[in-house]
Amino acid sequence: MRFAVIQFGGSNCDLDTQYICEEICGVDTDLIWYKDGIKNDYDAIIIPGGFSYGDYLRSGAIAAKTDIMQDIQSHASNGGLVLGICNGAQIGCETGLIEGIFTRNRYPKFISKPVCLRVENNISPFTSIYQKGEVIHIPIAHKDGRYVAPKDVTSRLNKNNQIALRFCDQNGNVNEESNPNGSKENITGVLNRDMNVMVMMPHPERASEMLLGSEDGLKIFKSMVSYSEKM
Amino acid sequence: MIYSAKITIHLKKGMLDPEAQAIRHALQNLGFATQNLSSARLFEIGIEAKSADSAHKEAEKMCERLLANPVIHDYTIEVRE
Repeated sequence: MRFAVIQFGGSNCDLDTQYICEEICGVDTDLIWYKDGIKNDYDAIIIPGGFSYGDYLRSGAIAAKTDIMQDIQSHASNGGLVLGICNGAQIGCETGLIEGIFTRNRYPKFISKPVCLRVENNISPFTSIYQKGEVIHIPIAHKDGRYVAPKDVTSRLNKNNQIALRFCDQNGNVNEESNPNGSKENITGVLNRDMNVMVMMPHPERASEMLLGSEDGLKIFKSMVSYSEKM
Repeated sequence: MIYSAKITIHLKKGMLDPEAQAIRHALQNLGFATQNLSSARLFEIGIEAKSADSAHKEAEKMCERLLANPVIHDYTIEVRE
């Protein structure tokens, strides 16, 4: 089993993500500079958080147009796993791997804090270890994290069980008060139709060791490992 | 011939524009009464093309492929010599 973490100019959660995959999950994980392209087969490719290209134009827009994203799209269309975290989520949407966009927060400031999330889908390769409806604690750190998509798109995502995570309160209630950035229907984790691509604004790699206050995010990576073991 | 394309990218009608709201608020604090305020992004791009029409088409491709995101944006293009 082998995972890859992509590095763009301005990625800054790449090493944390690799650390969790290698040291905590025990999976050999290559760091790949975007100019080098994807040369090997990987079970999973992770696009980490950061500020690729200074968030110029729109967050993720410039990284989305690099050649390596075509390699990642091919990997995804062959069934390989792709996880986009924070800036990686923005890049995933800008690339078209996932419908919708993560744009400027309702109140346009940078929010960095732990939040509660409700696991809406526990049958995907990224969420299989969670219970459906489980409330988990994972931090967010973004200014462009408000999920926006046309009504017909969110209806379809809901219908096909493609919503993985929603902001909620401690008791799992999804409401306006527990929505930190104004995301549509509190959505902050989205899957593609085949469920082999997931993007999420919260940072699971920052909640994968009790030393950091929560290890709720670890189940994302462990779900991916468990899925890859069965393949 | 080199044409100049003026591309304006703006949010679709009804889309939340948090920055415009903050700017409007700041103008209000300065005593300016505003009925509404929207913001847009302007690009001026020099394009070598055979005609204004083909420069316009090139600018449109730029919008589709990079400059605008169709989920939230509309755009207008003005081409001049």
